[in-house]
Amino acid sequence: MQQVVITETAFNPWQFLQDYEQQLQQHHPKIGAVSTFVGTMRDNNEGDAVQMLFLEHYPQMTEHYLRKISAQAMQQWQIMDTLIVHRVGAMSPNDTIVLVAAWAAHRGAAFDACRYLIEELKHRAPFWKRETLPTGARWVEHNTPA
Amino acid sequence: MFRPHPYKTNIMSITVKFFASLRETIGKQEVKLDLSQPLTVAQVWTLAGDNAHFPEHILAAINLEYVDRDTMVQDGDEIAFFPPVTGG
Repeated sequence: MQQVVITETAFNPWQFLQDYEQQLQQHHPKIGAVSTFVGTMRDNNEGDAVQMLFLEHYPQMTEHYLRKISAQAMQQWQIMDTLIVHRVGAMSPNDTIVLVAAWAAHRGAAFDACRYLIEELKHRAPFWKRETLPTGARWVEHNTPA
Repeated sequence: MFRPHPYKTNIMSITVKFFASLRETIGKQEVKLDLSQPLTVAQVWTLAGDNAHFPEHILAAINLEYVDRDTMVQDGDEIAFFPPVTGG
């Protein structure tokens, strides 16, 4: 199915995974492993309290890039499916920002593909964070190291 | 015999987009440019952003694919400039 979802609406990653996997198992009864990554908004960054976050993106390129790395993961590892869900727009602490998952017959490929997808997303997918602090707003200039 | 129109010297039209902090710094979101000669991505930056140099950390894409600063732009291209990405 290799779904890529960009959404302005808050989502529950666990519910999303459960619904997606129910559909997936009808197509792939040989799945033996799923590796997932869930990224959540923190209420602090670089020593400052963060009240809100706005995630801007380059709509067509974001989707294009996430589809591209999903296809690359399928080529590189023995996996059966991938899922990427990414929030954009305004959000609050504890909101889920990103969900990445990879399904395979065995754990090795699932772990590796999931790690590849989130690292590629964080380093190359055109999203930008703007934080609201008690003292004003600022653009996040770089991601935290892996 | 074919003769080019004497007043029509533009050979290509492109769209240039700026994102995130760059959009605020430059004060533009989107610019449409008619070019009279082929240009590289770095030259488009100079023309569209009123800046002399293409900063090292700025990323560029043509038609949704990353490119480097020396790539030549083509008629109808959408060129995007943006700061380092911070998603996930």
